[in-house]
Amino acid sequence: MSDTKMTASGSQGFRFPYRVKLEPRLEMPSRYFPALVSIGAVLVALIIGGILIAFSGGDPFRSYAHIARASFGNLGVLSDTIVKATPILFTSLACIIAFRMKLWNIGAEGQFIMGAFGASFVVLLPVLPADASPWLFIPLMMLASMITGGLWGFIPGYLKAYLRVNEIISTLMLNYIAVFWINFWIFAVWSEGGFQMSPKFPDNAWLPRLLDFSKSFPAFRGLTTHLGLLIGIVAAVILWLIIYRSRWGYEIRLIGDNPHAARYAGINIARNTVLVMMLSGALAGLGGMSEVTGMVHRLQTSPIAAGYGFTGIIVAWLSKLNPLVAIFVSILFGALILAGREIQPSGVPKMIQGIILVCLIASDFLLRYRVRIVRTEEA
Amino acid sequence: MVQQPEVPSPSAMEAPPVVEMRKIVKRFPGVLANENVDFDLRKSEIHALLGENGAGKSTLMNVLAGLYRQESGTILVKGRPVNFVSPRDAIQAGIGMIHQHFMLVPTQTVTENILLGLDKPRFRMRLKEYDQVIGDLGDRFGLKVDPSAKIWQLSVGEQQRVELLKMLYRGAEVLIMDEPTAVLAPSEIDGLFATLRSMIAEGKSIIFISHKLQEVTAIADRITVLRKGKVTAGGQPIGEMTRQELARLMVGRDVVFHVDKKQLEPGEIVLSVANIHADNDKGLPALRGVTFDVRAGEVVGLAGVAGNGQNELSQVITGLRRCTEGCVELNGEVICNQGSLYSIERGLAYVPEDRNRVGSSPNLSVTDNVIMKKYRKAPISRGWILDMMTATRFAQELKETYDIIVPKVETPVRLLSGGNLQRVILAREFSGQPKMIVAVQPTRGLDVGAIEGVHRLLLTQRETGAAILLISEELEELFSLSDRVLVIYEGKLMGEVREADLDTVGQMMTGTPLEEIRKGGGKQNV
Repeated sequence: MSDTKMTASGSQGFRFPYRVKLEPRLEMPSRYFPALVSIGAVLVALIIGGILIAFSGGDPFRSYAHIARASFGNLGVLSDTIVKATPILFTSLACIIAFRMKLWNIGAEGQFIMGAFGASFVVLLPVLPADASPWLFIPLMMLASMITGGLWGFIPGYLKAYLRVNEIISTLMLNYIAVFWINFWIFAVWSEGGFQMSPKFPDNAWLPRLLDFSKSFPAFRGLTTHLGLLIGIVAAVILWLIIYRSRWGYEIRLIGDNPHAARYAGINIARNTVLVMMLSGALAGLGGMSEVTGMVHRLQTSPIAAGYGFTGIIVAWLSKLNPLVAIFVSILFGALILAGREIQPSGVPKMIQGIILVCLIASDFLLRYRVRIVRTEEA
Repeated sequence: MVQQPEVPSPSAMEAPPVVEMRKIVKRFPGVLANENVDFDLRKSEIHALLGENGAGKSTLMNVLAGLYRQESGTILVKGRPVNFVSPRDAIQAGIGMIHQHFMLVPTQTVTENILLGLDKPRFRMRLKEYDQVIGDLGDRFGLKVDPSAKIWQLSVGEQQRVELLKMLYRGAEVLIMDEPTAVLAPSEIDGLFATLRSMIAEGKSIIFISHKLQEVTAIADRITVLRKGKVTAGGQPIGEMTRQELARLMVGRDVVFHVDKKQLEPGEIVLSVANIHADNDKGLPALRGVTFDVRAGEVVGLAGVAGNGQNELSQVITGLRRCTEGCVELNGEVICNQGSLYSIERGLAYVPEDRNRVGSSPNLSVTDNVIMKKYRKAPISRGWILDMMTATRFAQELKETYDIIVPKVETPVRLLSGGNLQRVILAREFSGQPKMIVAVQPTRGLDVGAIEGVHRLLLTQRETGAAILLISEELEELFSLSDRVLVIYEGKLMGEVREADLDTVGQMMTGTPLEEIRKGGGKQNV
């Protein structure tokens, strides 16, 4: 080993004369810059998606036009889009509050299912008789779904806070348990004539829909948009107030941004972990209630466990963890899901979803760094 | 790939040094880390590089190890000029550095870690064979470690041996050890020294970076002292210098700059620290029986080289670290082991050392950062509701009073300069008349103007009757602000001084208690 190489000249041959230099942004970008970057990212995603559609033999312009028409073309499909968006709104809110504290709740799906179970429990046990007033049914079902969903958030929250169990794993696993849990009830207890579904809920346990008012407003005929949308919007507003205008929200934001500073400020991180996971679960659970009583009207696995919890993760990120923005992003995603039924290889809207997500997450980088192309220095 | 012929020379002094660094200059934004530094290392010697934190020792060695590039100056290895672009080049020239923080993969075995990044073995990891090779290498240098053990199973001392083996396996002739004893328990230090001696016997040469005089005098043959990026003693044989001389060369003789400090009669005891013992993050004892008081209207300075328990002490006082023994009282109330909220509510302000990681929340606004300790109470919050209007107004007021230069209080604090961020933190901690202030390195990394501002703010607090514990490595700062200065070394107080007698303080900082200095007159030779 006595042979020593004195200079490192061997490996350097040709060097590209320019290179990309990244500089952290040191000044605050203007208020509209983040929004512009996001819109730009969606456009880039649509272009990439269009190229891929063209490669698979389709016409991108016609495809996009078709997607737009199929989801926003008239009042009927718009209503359908909103119905699809409603459960996503709830699950995205659930993810937003957890992600704000950097708790990676992947279990909105399971919490959503457990919420649907909680609401069904009130109807099917039955806790309330079938002819009880909707004024009784709806609040009680909301409460029940928030309790069952909240419990599904409490378990991983407690494990994380006091036993340091990774919440990604525990929430993910609880999703499967939730599916099997409701399967047990619809197969064994509430099965309707041996089918894998519960009996239909009594009318009083349905969330009111627009078409219920078609007598006085004929334009509402056939529109299935239900009260869940309103509940979701109210929840989004309340969540916004919690995050930005409450003491608790301040603690959540501080823990999420810098747990060391939070500890230094005397904040109890473990307790907040449990509480935030419970709120997250309760929000997803409320979504399950909205879906089962507003749309499906019976407890049944496939339309309930349809992956809304996972779509919620994407929507939460795309909304930059802002509950009010999540309302609009959910509708966009509702449209993409609906378009999936219309466009034939239904993988296309899914693909576009994925591309949008990647582009938006990548675009975040532009908010933090300035990209420059500079000449390579003589090193 | 030129075969370097070993020139056999009759006299050892004639042979060129293994490493020679000439007039090295290295600049960082705002700091001149190395200013025309000369350094040389002879074959089979241990050359100690001594200096305070921030003196430029690590920078100089990072240049030698290929991690940094010097702005000017040349490096010669065995008399030939070299140009290192990466650590790979340095290791090919036979120079390996062992950093303070080990760079090992915890879930892999010792052998796997040592082979990591090498060209051989190519495809098949014949681990058994290599275990044998590594084991033999370890035996040769007295580095006992099981080659098939996983890193996480090893003690810190053993991990250090793995790092050494890694360098020896790569054929390093020159080993740079950056504060190797900082992570070791006292018993392990003797083992390390024995290893270093056996490596010297095998013909290796070692550069030993340290700020602990005792260790340096115990192990080194020659010594180079750096102070503020300049050499104050270049390659002196260790026998020719007394400990005091070394301490003075390290600490310097800067004129203590005078600040307008009013003569104040200290009041009641505010903070009382009694016989505190505590462990550091690694579970090793960091504080071993620290006792002192701080009175109202008094600044007590705590001097010491970094890593001697200052951080742990500040954390115990502020409730962020548990003490294993002893008691901290604030105005007669026990506040240790009660959590940080308890002491915050009782009027304890804390300016932490790390303003980015602990003292502030980077992506939150100035407003959010200044209410960090006040958001629980009116007027910032009413019940559950956070009154953002009041909070914003409060932030605006602080911005005016404390000269925080920021366009809007909604700006996230990560965009603020160091001095401005520190003003945000001081504004938060000093508003609302704290009874007790613990300030750790409040001026680190700030420019002269900002430093002056921080000093003025601290003295204003003193005049309004706050008790202040100032923990710092800047002796000038300590002596110009403090009424008295305590010196800490390895978790014990070495004594208390009132005057800036740098000889004495230097010796105390390197481990001689004040009583011994007074008794022996401090004239012992090393």
